[in-house]
Amino acid sequence: MSLIESLPRVRSLRWPRADGLIPWIVPLTIVLIWQIACVTGFVSARVLPAPSDVALAGWKLLLSGELARNIWVSFWRASVGFLIGGSIGFAFGLANGLSQLSSKLTDTTLQMVRNIPHLALIPLVILWFGIDESAKLFLVALGVFFPIYLNTLHGIRTVDPQLIEMGRIYGMTDGELFRRVIFPGALPSIFVGLRFALGIMWLTLIVAETIAASSGLGYMAMQAREFMLIDVVVLSILIYALLGKLADSASRALERLTLSWHPAFQK
Amino acid sequence: MQEALRFLASDAETVDCADFIEQARQVGRGSEAPSCGLSLIIRGLRKSFGDNEVLRGIDLHIPAGQFVAIVGRSGCGKSTLLRLIAGLETIDAGTISFGAETRPEDIRVMFQEPRLLPWARVLSNVEVGLGRDRASSDAQIRAEKALIEVGLDDKRGQWPAVLSGGQKQRVALARALVSRPRVLAFDEPLGALDALTRISMQRLLERVWDDQAFTAILVTHDVSEAIALADRILVIEDGRVAHDVAVDIPRPRERGSADLAALEGSILRQLLKTADNP
Repeated sequence: MSLIESLPRVRSLRWPRADGLIPWIVPLTIVLIWQIACVTGFVSARVLPAPSDVALAGWKLLLSGELARNIWVSFWRASVGFLIGGSIGFAFGLANGLSQLSSKLTDTTLQMVRNIPHLALIPLVILWFGIDESAKLFLVALGVFFPIYLNTLHGIRTVDPQLIEMGRIYGMTDGELFRRVIFPGALPSIFVGLRFALGIMWLTLIVAETIAASSGLGYMAMQAREFMLIDVVVLSILIYALLGKLADSASRALERLTLSWHPAFQK
Repeated sequence: MQEALRFLASDAETVDCADFIEQARQVGRGSEAPSCGLSLIIRGLRKSFGDNEVLRGIDLHIPAGQFVAIVGRSGCGKSTLLRLIAGLETIDAGTISFGAETRPEDIRVMFQEPRLLPWARVLSNVEVGLGRDRASSDAQIRAEKALIEVGLDDKRGQWPAVLSGGQKQRVALARALVSRPRVLAFDEPLGALDALTRISMQRLLERVWDDQAFTAILVTHDVSEAIALADRILVIEDGRVAHDVAVDIPRPRERGSADLAALEGSILRQLLKTADNP
């Protein structure tokens, strides 16, 4: 009797923990196979170092302080560039979504600029800014601008006009209408833009740091290539993956927090 | 807690109405029956969209507190008439006048779609209906009262997405009622509901109208619904009032009774006659 009673409780304790582990099964298995392949000599250490060697290289760099410094530099560039480009994109998205005049004035120009791949500007940017911080910030900001701009604009334009009419009938002022109807309605789309932008943010930064930098993760990888330190190269790539995952998780958490009304985010 | 709120609700209601009757006496209309509704006078109302003249001169007097149903085939202009009354469209020619001192909160509309804010919980959706009084300290109590009236006080903390179609429409009704409107316009409010939910919603509409004595204007394509609810049925054809039928069947009306069926038959015949001879 007591055993039967305790069964459901045991289950409910065990399952959430198991659920959290499921996404990690695949990456852990890959690392395991990779380690075995390297140790047995199936894969040469000059092609791909074993995960244990990569971890060791990471540990050494961590002790010397080089790793933390480079990660910090890259993180700083990414977030400052993202903030600058994201806020400008958000501001233009709001302005063009809410005002016909503003949209007529700037949208065509923005759409033209959008079709230039922003990485094609690297030579020009190096000529303008040299290889100091502003060059990287400019590229990241430019890359992040468009997904945020387009999705904010789209979100505002597709807010249900019936809800806007309802808000007006019930005497909402323009400010209230924006705060209570338009902005929450546009939010799901803004989040889509945010997640696109995070991807572009890392991509731009990696390219910019590999081509023109004297610090940061991309620079660390390029330096390691010069000295044939393949374990450090692999380490940098893995750190990029980890940082990307971290940024994505942060935006998902923010999404869950602010879109708890949305059927897709309800348990 | 609920009992207390129920008590509050009934108490405030009587005060509201008593106030209004007092006001009416002061203006010198003491002889009229006590009513919170507004009377409506429409003269020579015209409206076109482009070359299409939708309303071609409507003249109408709706006494305070009357329940009027407007029926007609689709495209006859019945929804346009309602939108003009609610101030959602501009008038081309003619006038619509209510009693003196009409505030925006006095006229409310309920649509076929509930139009709830999906990102606001049920209670704050109802608070939206308070208009400029949203910020007042008793906003929440008034919204809770309105939810009790439509029987959804246990859903106040839910998101609209988890409610059924009928429940959403009841929240929309609570939002329309919370400001104690004196004219309530319904634009096919039950059109999207299933048959059983419709009948219980019709009873709810009749009950709140009976309680609060607002002037009700119901646009519907469903003649049986119009007959079940209204004091008077206006048939609109080609932008004009073609028939003005009084429904003298005592309430509560029993659905499916012979009186209702006979009246429904005669109104449907009138509607179909013009449909067959364009």
